[in-house]
Amino acid sequence: MSKVDHVKASRSFIKDEPHIQFHDKRLWQIRSLRDQQAHGIPEWEQLRELASRIKEHTLSNLADYLEEFERKAIANGVVVHWAANAAEHNRIVHQLLSERGVDTLVKSKSMLTEECEMRPYLEARGIAVIETDLGERIQQLDDEMPSHIVIPAVHKLAKDVAEVFADTIGTDRSNDDPHYLAEGMRQDTRPYFLKSTAAGMTGCNFAVAETGSVVVCTNEGNADLSANVPSLHIASIGIEKLIPRLEHLPVFIRMLSRSAIGSPITQYTSHFSAPKDGGELHYVLVDNGRSERLAMDDFWYSLKCIRCGACMNTCPVYRRSGGLSYGGVYAGPIGAIINPTFDLKKYSALPFASTLNGSCSNVCPVKINIHEQIYKWRQIVVEQGQVSFIKKEAMKLAGKVLGDPKRYRQLSEGAKTIGGLPRAFLYNPFNAWGKQRELPAAPKQTFHEWYAQNRNKDDQPEGKA
Amino acid sequence: MRVALFIPCFIDTFFPEVGIATLELLERVGCQVVYPPNQTCCGQPLGNSGCQADARAAETLFVQNFADFDYIVSPSGSCVHHVRDHLTAAPDDDARARVRTNTYELVEFLHDVLNIRDFPWAEFPHKVGLHNSCGTLRRLNHASSSELNLPFFSKPLDLLQGVKGIEFAAPQRPDECCGFGGTFCVTEEPVSARMGYDKVRDHAGAGAEYIVSADMSCLMHQKGCAERLGLPLKFIHIAQILNGAKA
Repeated sequence: MSKVDHVKASRSFIKDEPHIQFHDKRLWQIRSLRDQQAHGIPEWEQLRELASRIKEHTLSNLADYLEEFERKAIANGVVVHWAANAAEHNRIVHQLLSERGVDTLVKSKSMLTEECEMRPYLEARGIAVIETDLGERIQQLDDEMPSHIVIPAVHKLAKDVAEVFADTIGTDRSNDDPHYLAEGMRQDTRPYFLKSTAAGMTGCNFAVAETGSVVVCTNEGNADLSANVPSLHIASIGIEKLIPRLEHLPVFIRMLSRSAIGSPITQYTSHFSAPKDGGELHYVLVDNGRSERLAMDDFWYSLKCIRCGACMNTCPVYRRSGGLSYGGVYAGPIGAIINPTFDLKKYSALPFASTLNGSCSNVCPVKINIHEQIYKWRQIVVEQGQVSFIKKEAMKLAGKVLGDPKRYRQLSEGAKTIGGLPRAFLYNPFNAWGKQRELPAAPKQTFHEWYAQNRNKDDQPEGKA
Repeated sequence: MRVALFIPCFIDTFFPEVGIATLELLERVGCQVVYPPNQTCCGQPLGNSGCQADARAAETLFVQNFADFDYIVSPSGSCVHHVRDHLTAAPDDDARARVRTNTYELVEFLHDVLNIRDFPWAEFPHKVGLHNSCGTLRRLNHASSSELNLPFFSKPLDLLQGVKGIEFAAPQRPDECCGFGGTFCVTEEPVSARMGYDKVRDHAGAGAEYIVSADMSCLMHQKGCAERLGLPLKFIHIAQILNGAKA
């Protein structure tokens, strides 16, 4: 698997002025709406603390809660499957579908099925997979990964969507009115729900151990159609989605949509507990690296994530590089700390795609210390040798110079000669600073020299060259 | 009060006037300032790059230089953040623990330790945009950050309000990161420069004549951006204004 090159991808994203401007402004607007909502709730910071503790408690007792969840679900008439990894998940889903003669899977948005790369797996086996979330469908039809957890096509302008839909579902290319496009997608998708050979799939926002039920939060109602119209409903559930009791749910529900898009609540908060009359409900509980992450002292906190995307909306780097530049299922700050747990080599650039500004940790509704984990991932990337030879040697040299006052003085006091160099010498392709920025003017003397001359004449500092 | 002055490497090299202003300001408010001559760098650029092991020599030297002081003061928030929260490559001993606890950023030292609010010698009749670096804002707790639902406070603003004639511009995104980010500024050059451009445009649009900050590294980056864009912004460290710089 080739390494993700975030710098290269961001450079081409930034070149496109209308797109980057829209992307940055749109997401900043959502971040501002989130602030209004968060600041409108006096107990907001207590809610974050409470949510964090509920998640930490659940993760610390995960095996027990999973078993309780399974027991309750089975008692409710749900069939429960366990998948250790993506391959097992896909195999289980495929078997359920093929045994029942299903040729079409209508599904609502699920980051987990993206993570498992389920769509290509099923399509290769003759099953059509229809994404029914508008953004996700746009990305499916354009054959791209979602660029955002909650707003999969946020990097596209309406005119881009008009192009994609014109090419794939036959809408009018010259009409980029969002209402027209949404209606076009609806008309195209609805018949799939009604096929007798269709099954439905949803993800899961929260799995309640006490009741054995799955809670799905959406704005378009497509999850309810996927779950309720076909007779078979499969819910794919990451094992970290557990919460102990129903009374814990409102803590999260109050924060999920406020954090995600700055609205008080999603249009639909649907609870699924038992199969509908004459139908079947199957849960597939998926590990896929989660147990391993749970055992990582510095990184298990990332399992608290409720996939609201607030860290992406606030991230100044994400807003200016776009979700696709992260090259993985999870983009932005949360992607920078989750993706390396799947493949450190492939995603070794992501922990460096951050200024460590910490805004992500401040908006996180479950208080994941995202920027501290990014800092720690950098050390692991270096320890595992996933940095270039040039960087490694440069850092080694810098370490030696900065640890030696004499060599440091030679360098700092030599810097003033830079000012005398011709511009063409300074501003060249090897000077990343100077491509879009002016260099600082070199002063006549360093602070050290000034101090020696003005304050410390009798006592010349050691290490002076 | 005896205070050790920690002048970070890039201030020593490129912005000696900031070091001088810090020294003079601390003396003006009654501190006996000592400048340990063998200082180089706190190791932040290495730690930030994931190369903690390579920071060992610089950090060990840092601890040696400053181990005997109860107060170590520096005009750079991000360096103080490194010393306080990330200086772990030097040998783990009492001296290291002491140095990490005793290191203060200038604004918090003036505001919290010396409890100073008035700067009667200072006058700055200009409209300034205040840039709180991410390190000072979210790690050193200089001010309330916009994400959190907590009461408003701002230590740098408390200090600057003690300066005659100063006015404040109101940028649209006051605590958005400017994109400097240490080595990020060169390793992620496209995003870094774009963030810098957006930052200086925001301040210019709000009518700022100067951008003032407790972090010269952010200002070095923003100045480079503003000059390339041809924006008529000027940049000044908070120590210079508090020490009585007129322009």
